[in-house]
Amino acid sequence: MALLEVKNLGISFGGLRAVNSFEISIEKEELYGLIGPNGAGKTTVFNLLTGVYQPDAGKIILDGTDITGRKTTEINRAGIARTFQNIRLFKQMSVLDNVKVGLHNKHPYSTIEGILRLPGYRKVEREMDEQAMELLKVFDLEKYAQTTASNLPYGQQRRLEIARAMATEPKLLLLDEPAAGMNPNETGELMDMIRFVREKFHVTVLLIEHDMKLVSGICERLTVLNFGEVLCQGATSDVLNDPQVITAYLGE
Amino acid sequence: MSFISYLINGLSLGSVYAIIALGYTMVYGIAKMLNFAHGDVIMIGAYVAFIGMSQAGVSPVIAVAAAIIVCTLLGIVIERVAYKPLRNASSSLAVLITAIGVSYLLQNTALLVFGANTQTFPSVVSWGGITLADGAMNISGVTIVTIVVCLVIMAVLITFVQKSKPGQAMRAVSEDKGAAQLMGINVNATIALTFAIGSALAAVAGVLLCSAYPSLTPYTGAMPGIKAFVAAVFGGIGSIPGAFIGGLLLGVIEILGRAYTMSQLADALVFAVLIIVLLVKPTGLLGKKIQEKV
Amino acid sequence: MSEMQKKMSRNTKSNLITYGMVAAAFLIMQSLISMDRISYLVEGLMVPVCVYVIMAVSLNLVVGVLGELSLGHAGFMCVGAFTSAFFSKCMSDVITVAPLRFFLALLIGIASAAVFGLLIGIPVLRLKGDYLAIVTLAFGEIIKNLVNVLFIGKDSDGFHFSTEGAMSLNLKDDGMVILSGPQGITGTPRDSSFFVGFILIMVALFIVTNLINSRDGRAIMSIRDNRIAAESVGINVTKYKLMAFTISAAMAGAAGVLYSHNLSTLIATTNNFGYNQSIMILVFVVLGGIGNIRGSVIAAVVLTLLPEMLRGLSNYRMLIYAIVLIVMMLFNWAPKAIEWRERHFSFLKKKKEAVR
Repeated sequence: MALLEVKNLGISFGGLRAVNSFEISIEKEELYGLIGPNGAGKTTVFNLLTGVYQPDAGKIILDGTDITGRKTTEINRAGIARTFQNIRLFKQMSVLDNVKVGLHNKHPYSTIEGILRLPGYRKVEREMDEQAMELLKVFDLEKYAQTTASNLPYGQQRRLEIARAMATEPKLLLLDEPAAGMNPNETGELMDMIRFVREKFHVTVLLIEHDMKLVSGICERLTVLNFGEVLCQGATSDVLNDPQVITAYLGE
Repeated sequence: MSFISYLINGLSLGSVYAIIALGYTMVYGIAKMLNFAHGDVIMIGAYVAFIGMSQAGVSPVIAVAAAIIVCTLLGIVIERVAYKPLRNASSSLAVLITAIGVSYLLQNTALLVFGANTQTFPSVVSWGGITLADGAMNISGVTIVTIVVCLVIMAVLITFVQKSKPGQAMRAVSEDKGAAQLMGINVNATIALTFAIGSALAAVAGVLLCSAYPSLTPYTGAMPGIKAFVAAVFGGIGSIPGAFIGGLLLGVIEILGRAYTMSQLADALVFAVLIIVLLVKPTGLLGKKIQEKV
Repeated sequence: MSEMQKKMSRNTKSNLITYGMVAAAFLIMQSLISMDRISYLVEGLMVPVCVYVIMAVSLNLVVGVLGELSLGHAGFMCVGAFTSAFFSKCMSDVITVAPLRFFLALLIGIASAAVFGLLIGIPVLRLKGDYLAIVTLAFGEIIKNLVNVLFIGKDSDGFHFSTEGAMSLNLKDDGMVILSGPQGITGTPRDSSFFVGFILIMVALFIVTNLINSRDGRAIMSIRDNRIAAESVGINVTKYKLMAFTISAAMAGAAGVLYSHNLSTLIATTNNFGYNQSIMILVFVVLGGIGNIRGSVIAAVVLTLLPEMLRGLSNYRMLIYAIVLIVMMLFNWAPKAIEWRERHFSFLKKKKEAVR
């Protein structure tokens, strides 16, 4: 059974049909790309999948559970984590603390334990520190652990967002233009990182990207979105050679 | 009979709230900030008119004109010095706290300049008003003038915003600052104009308020200012007709509340209205819903 | 690992400096008082100073850590002051051991303020920014107004309530009026002291600093920094907003208890429990540095003592506060000012990061 099954998903904003009968089916541990011209509704799909917007039609099924209409927080707990097109870090907090916020739900202790510094607090905090540092190592950020997030260089900020999302131990990771603003060198590193994360954490990845080198380099299958509707779906090489897709990208 | 006269008094007070609320709602619509100091501009306007009439002995018309000019300049200066530098600040709390600071600055400057004593404001309207139902009911001149002035201001302002070039620029800026700039609209000038108009209206409101309720102190503007903000939220912040309707309703609620419940609780009642509106319909009666961009 | 330990010790060290500073200040003042080296005027200010320090620290939890502006903080202080004074006056003959009575009054004041915080927080925290500020202001004013119209008396039949006046309570001869509308509560036992105030400050600091450096504190700060991102990693935004707001209200309640048990007559006015007081506390928080707990303590102490010591300045006090507020905000938040600071004072940056 597919990990993510989306059926007939749709939403309108003030008469404009932003996404219409969107369907997608992603297998476990697949690396899947969502592409399309600017304004095609890609980020809106992400916002629908993560409960930022409530769909007015359709169903979202994650690993056999219907998560349609749930709130963002609950959807994350059900197993979807994401990054944002315009980076959203906890700017005034340290890099380490950003990841530790991601670890929040998986490593609980009570408020009283926290305020009184009881043994439970010390033990869980130590676990969190270790796990956070391990994640930072994966993304080559361990030397920045105590840096304030807003002081990180741009490329590292993008990576930190992925690390924070991975801290929630998701089944499905949504990456919204992870390579935006990166130079070819950084993009190459990022591709390796995404592959490595998938192997190590057995996570399924759905990503939005404009960088065709990245898309053709790591995505196994693609869905092309145009004017809020699915234009074409299938194996990466087939989709990229589809004449319809070429027209959509290059214009009439 | 008393109910009708309460109602008319309520409409009159509501007209003052509506005029003040216009200043809030226009500024909020364009600069997306709550100008906490707006209420205190009212007080400054009232003091200018008061000094003009009581000390300089000029006619009410000139005194009101002086108040309008002073407040307009004050509004422009406040925007330029205190708010504009914070327009792109990373925290929205920054400009709000600054506005609170400006409010305190105006109050305490007035305290030093004019003293803490309550001044008796001479009404700018000398007409005694009309008597109805064989003397059973008297509607004062101030009451009638206030309502009429409010209606005129509303009509002029709606026409201005809909029809004139600067008015259209104001609408464009409130929709999308960036796009307006690209279209060649001078955003800074438009925001300054909005503050100027709002502050000029505040002067008018101050004179009318003090003509009806003649005691003037440095704190006179604070409470009506906050209540007018409630009115603006009630009607739907950013909406000019909303400010009008919200102001009138709030004035009537307050006067009826004062008359039929405990007068000490009238303020609490006004605030309760705000809380209920925000919980039931946060966009107010005529406001638009804004979707957060993710 | 070494990185983390460094950070741990840095936080602990910073907290220890704050505690040490407060303790040292207390010991110095206390010994000066016992040696009679300090005027009655200043001695009388010690409890109010403690009240304002607790208020500033608790408001900083909402403004600096949660990132929301509350303009009704004095309202929670009002709730704590009146409920506890009410209790103490009722019980002044029943419980004669003053420390025990004060301790119970403290619990009651804290609990009632916390309940109010929770009840107000549930609807209010759905709102954002300006709206939240104005609604908290509204609630603060409503609380103050309600206290001013309420009359409560007690006789052998139990409690009597009225909103008309003390006469309409219809008390028997053995009865007494406890809360008398605008006249407030008179005859509260004066159980507060500088020492009690000092202990309460230490407890407040302990709770706030430890909360900030815990899992819950990180969740609260993540909401401040980016609500949408916080939700996306599974943070329950409503829960943590309420937590910060309620803890803050409870602390303001404690400050209220301290305040009311320092006065023989307790009345609710704009200056002690109204909007003006809330703004005053906000000035302390802004001046001490938003989010900087130690700064709040220092600002509250200095701004309470200074104007009283320099009596000549008292007319200009509020004016100066207003200017300080504006200048501080412009200097700290205006993008141009930040740019200018970074260009000319970048060497200070390291130092700034170490503070929390």
